[in-house]
Amino acid sequence: MSAQTQFSGGFRNAPLDAAHAFRAAMTVMSRPGEIRELTGAVPPEPLSVAAGTLLLTLCDPETGIYLACEIDTAEVRQWLAFHTGAPFVTAAEADFAVGRWGALVPLDAYRIGTPEYPDRSATLIVECDALAQSGAVLRGPGIRDSARLSLPDIPVMQANAALYPLGCDFFLTGGTQVAALPRSTQIIAEG
Amino acid sequence: MSEYNFAYLDEQTKRMIRRAILKGLAVPGYQVPFASREMPMPYGWGTGGVQVSAATLTPDDTFKVIDQGADDTTNAVSIRKFFENTAGVATTEETEKATVIQTRHRIPEAPLTEEQILVYQVPIPEPLRFLEPRETETRKMHALEEYGLMHVKLYEDISQHGAISTAYAYPVRVADRYVMDPSPIPKFDNPKMEMAAIQLFGAGREQRIYALPPYTKVVSLDFEDHPFEPTKADHPCDLCAAEDSYLDEVIMDDAGSRMFVCSDTDYCRARREAGHVGRMGREDA
Repeated sequence: MSAQTQFSGGFRNAPLDAAHAFRAAMTVMSRPGEIRELTGAVPPEPLSVAAGTLLLTLCDPETGIYLACEIDTAEVRQWLAFHTGAPFVTAAEADFAVGRWGALVPLDAYRIGTPEYPDRSATLIVECDALAQSGAVLRGPGIRDSARLSLPDIPVMQANAALYPLGCDFFLTGGTQVAALPRSTQIIAEG
Repeated sequence: MSEYNFAYLDEQTKRMIRRAILKGLAVPGYQVPFASREMPMPYGWGTGGVQVSAATLTPDDTFKVIDQGADDTTNAVSIRKFFENTAGVATTEETEKATVIQTRHRIPEAPLTEEQILVYQVPIPEPLRFLEPRETETRKMHALEEYGLMHVKLYEDISQHGAISTAYAYPVRVADRYVMDPSPIPKFDNPKMEMAAIQLFGAGREQRIYALPPYTKVVSLDFEDHPFEPTKADHPCDLCAAEDSYLDEVIMDDAGSRMFVCSDTDYCRARREAGHVGRMGREDA
């Protein structure tokens, strides 16, 4: 772990770094298919810069984090504990879940909200190798006509969108890039 | 500026508000509860909008505040000064130059772009509240999409007045799901809500945040035989001669004379600078 310790790699100027990071996160969540740069934090491997920045921007002692499989290392736990103070919880209790797609599924492990309070659902941060504006066709709020985004699993995400207004929301992270897929987006599998 | 954290609120509060904004964007039109803070201004002066703006602003932003369309009213001036002091952001009165616009009860006349964010101050976020006072019941009505009561209210307007007389805070249906209160904007502004900018709504006293992503389908409720009509005073602006802008009526004296002026002061100013002159625009130009 050479120079990287649990104390390093946080925001240099927390209010400003978090403000810029949130604007990127809000932009992609309100415009599915958009890909933005998201930097500011330098998390330990295997957490990506975008995922680490997102967690520092949104998590604190009030939000439970679930670390899926290979993300769940001692270094990541210590780093998140020091910089966010967030408790680590099971998938069923998580406000935020982080991991690669294969480790996060099945989605029925997560909270999808209740009919009265659909906001009480988990947000999944899916670590991807790369993001691209290709693949599945997206339509719905935030999209003028249609958009395209490389999704890890179209049928499972379609099933999640079918639960609307319940369901999980997704951030897709790869390196320093972030995209998002809210539950309101209709997904059309098409070549 | 160094006496305050950036944009006044502490970081944990901003994170809580930011999480609520993200859920609001994911479920357009749904009211997300949030732990609204005491702000250094009274409830009803835009505490909800101020908290949403504080969580949204970055130092690179240019901020504009309007109150009923005007940049120079007490509420607008004091909120603009508040963020000049606590966030150090640039401010402007020109709609085109702003990146974040906080508004009370109007949408600017100039079309907003994808680079802009519109933050509404909302007094009563629940469109069903005057029909059903219990929060437990209105929650259930939203969950079950039970919006018949709202149509009954609009129908009663027609049966009493011959037309839908609701003129502001006209209810809309968002993305074919939630009925939403657009805040007390005139119904003239309702068709503008399908816009390129992100729209965020903050209700401080009622502790609710909701949102509309760009290009979200927003339909004003109506009936086939009584379609929705955006209305305005049937006059041109007396200062800039605009036919297409929403007008305020100003009583001039006790003999019944009156003038109509653009409610959007920046739109009116820009038109007068471009040489448009209305009926009474000459002498004070």
